[in-house]
Amino acid sequence: MNIEIQNLVPVFVALPLAGSLLIQLVARKRQAVAEGLSIAAMLALVLMTFGAIGSTGIYHLGGWPTPIGIDLRLDELSVLMLMVVNLVGLAVALYSVNYMRRFSARGHFYGLFLLMVTGMNGVVLAGDLFNLYVFLEVAAVASYSLVAFGCAHEELEASFKYIVLGSLSSALILIGVALVYGITGTLNMAHMAGRLAETGMDAPLLLAFGLFLVGFSFKAALVPFHAWLPDAHPSAPAPVSAMLSGVLIKAIGIYVLARLAFNVFGVSGNVLELLRWLGILSMVVGGLLAAGQGDIKRLFAYSSISQVGFMVLGLGLATPLGLVGALYHLVNHALFKSLLFLNAGAVEYATGTRKLDELGGLNRALPVTGATSLVGSMSIAGVPPFNGFWSKLIIVLACIEAGYYGFAAIAVAVSIVTLAYQLKVQRQAFFAELPLRLVGIGKEPRAMALAMILLAVGCVAMSFAVLSGLRDPWLIGAAQQALTAGIFGG
Amino acid sequence: MISSDRNPGMGMIVQTVARWLKGLILLFGIYIVLYGHITPGGGFGGGVIIASAFILVTLAAGEATGLRLFGKPAASRLDSVGLLAFLILAWLGTWFGSHFFENFLTTPATAQFTLQSGGTMLLNNIALGLKVASALFLVFSVLAALHVATARLAQAGSTGIEPPQAPASAESPGGEDRS
Amino acid sequence: MIYSLCLLLILVGLYGVVASRQTLKIVISIVILQHGVHLLLLLIGYRRGGMPPIQDAGQTVSSFAGQAVDPLPQALVLTSIVIGLGVLALMVALCVRLYERYGTFDVSEIRRLRG
Repeated sequence: MNIEIQNLVPVFVALPLAGSLLIQLVARKRQAVAEGLSIAAMLALVLMTFGAIGSTGIYHLGGWPTPIGIDLRLDELSVLMLMVVNLVGLAVALYSVNYMRRFSARGHFYGLFLLMVTGMNGVVLAGDLFNLYVFLEVAAVASYSLVAFGCAHEELEASFKYIVLGSLSSALILIGVALVYGITGTLNMAHMAGRLAETGMDAPLLLAFGLFLVGFSFKAALVPFHAWLPDAHPSAPAPVSAMLSGVLIKAIGIYVLARLAFNVFGVSGNVLELLRWLGILSMVVGGLLAAGQGDIKRLFAYSSISQVGFMVLGLGLATPLGLVGALYHLVNHALFKSLLFLNAGAVEYATGTRKLDELGGLNRALPVTGATSLVGSMSIAGVPPFNGFWSKLIIVLACIEAGYYGFAAIAVAVSIVTLAYQLKVQRQAFFAELPLRLVGIGKEPRAMALAMILLAVGCVAMSFAVLSGLRDPWLIGAAQQALTAGIFGG
Repeated sequence: MISSDRNPGMGMIVQTVARWLKGLILLFGIYIVLYGHITPGGGFGGGVIIASAFILVTLAAGEATGLRLFGKPAASRLDSVGLLAFLILAWLGTWFGSHFFENFLTTPATAQFTLQSGGTMLLNNIALGLKVASALFLVFSVLAALHVATARLAQAGSTGIEPPQAPASAESPGGEDRS
Repeated sequence: MIYSLCLLLILVGLYGVVASRQTLKIVISIVILQHGVHLLLLLIGYRRGGMPPIQDAGQTVSSFAGQAVDPLPQALVLTSIVIGLGVLALMVALCVRLYERYGTFDVSEIRRLRG
């Protein structure tokens, strides 16, 4: 089994790319073919990811040995991220079948969507720094186009802001890559880790890591660098928002930060403290700004910033418990945030509005949306049996264990704020009286309902994951061990 | 630069010179693509030069002439076919060799500095040159044809980008270059 | 010395992004920024008194490796230039679409999203 998966590693990147190209070729007029191809591709990717659980390995492209050639690296953290990306991608692809019916250029959407999945799979599997950058750009350019997909006023404005800030951060990342290459003489991450362990973190390397930190914080939307997210995520079409908020900011932001900080640079001390403070800042600012929003999707976007702060706080603690909390929260947030954005999209599809003032009583009109959004809201707010509660509890416990009582208190306070604004959404949109204007709206179509149920089932399943004991070397525990193992080969 | 239908292109001298030069530029671009494993260039640079031949024709003689030489549906299809050919060549590496992307065409040691010395690199360069040329010309022709604030917003049919019936009458953004 | 010129180019691009009032000028500033970064990456591979990394007919591999400048940054910059081309095309298309929707290139008037 190990050997088979090792040979199939490039297929994770090649399959969605080939799917995207085939869609561009054949499905321009016959758009049902595009839908079928994309769902088939995502299904194949999910099945391959399930087959890859427990395998690790390094795949040398072209047969060239490590320092010379390009490596694709499959380790436990990569498997976890692949699961997240492909599962959420499958649900979103199912959902888009109905949601995108009102756009006539649907074929382009599926092509761009598969291109974004290619980029994210590539980032997660890349074994050297420059290929990471190239796949990052592929995913980012696809996402810029997807945010502007409907060409309405707000979508174009949001996409312009996103593309300018994204290009700036990519330029910063490239300067960092240049500096690190100049110092260590290699781009391969395993090789670089060895060289960096010898030289230690002197000033030019700190500068390079600082540039990476700023660049990838832009991608992950941590607080001083979050300005693009509250415009880009709400304005995009709902499946795109779900992919962006649920997966993209984590695959190209948090994952790369964790990889660089723990496995390549081997940071400690001051840098980890900086990560912790960035996390706290994002948690507080995101939570407070979310509470004051009147538009569902903008509220969820600020909430994403807040939850990403939790993850970075867990990463900054660098203890095994903190890392488990951060990774568990990453998986949970991917599931429930994309579920919430799909719900908001279903609401918009059925009612035509996103403002909380104009909505109400949707539990009766849209039963599946109401039920799944209740699951999602309870999860993100951290209500006891659901998965969000467990991951936030683990992060709070990790703070206390490491001695940061203040951070733990702030985390609990932000959770309460999260609960408050989620309850506000639930009360105003789903439980209140149905306004006269909205009487007679249809139920949500079957494919959309299926996608939302899939994600809700995923949330509930992840709540049970904590029972199995997350320290076991399976998925999350294994990923945490990959990070705490320190630098590659060390 | 953006021509109207009454006055396509530039003056007589420019059009004549462009007509003579386009073949030479195209030939030069093809040379850069083919010898990419020996001299600097390869798929990217050679593709840009090939595209510039068509762009020169469009600038000199007007949009209609340029699109008659290399139309938008053809460019779009060649774009995807080029990258698919690249992927298939990479996959053939697992079929004939042992690794994805492997150079599976063996070359005799005496054949240095000739076309065969690169093995699959030659085929990869050709596929890449095809893709970059068609993608760049597609980007140029779509952007040049986006006549701002005139009535010709909807380019129906020929590009396959139909005007949607969505709330804000719009099209998906044209000119995405996937390189 | 020459690295500081690259830095100057990057700073000029950054200033342009921050201070420009028109979307197209922001796009051009980003291109200047990218040029500065590519130049920096290329210069990292420089070797004093080096030859271009093209092997001559009679040269052995070891003498070639001892004399040539580093070809890897050149390949990286080539890839990055093509990525920059794609992003540039997308940005210009967005600027044109923004003009169609808002009727202006002025960034201070393209501000419907607030809060």
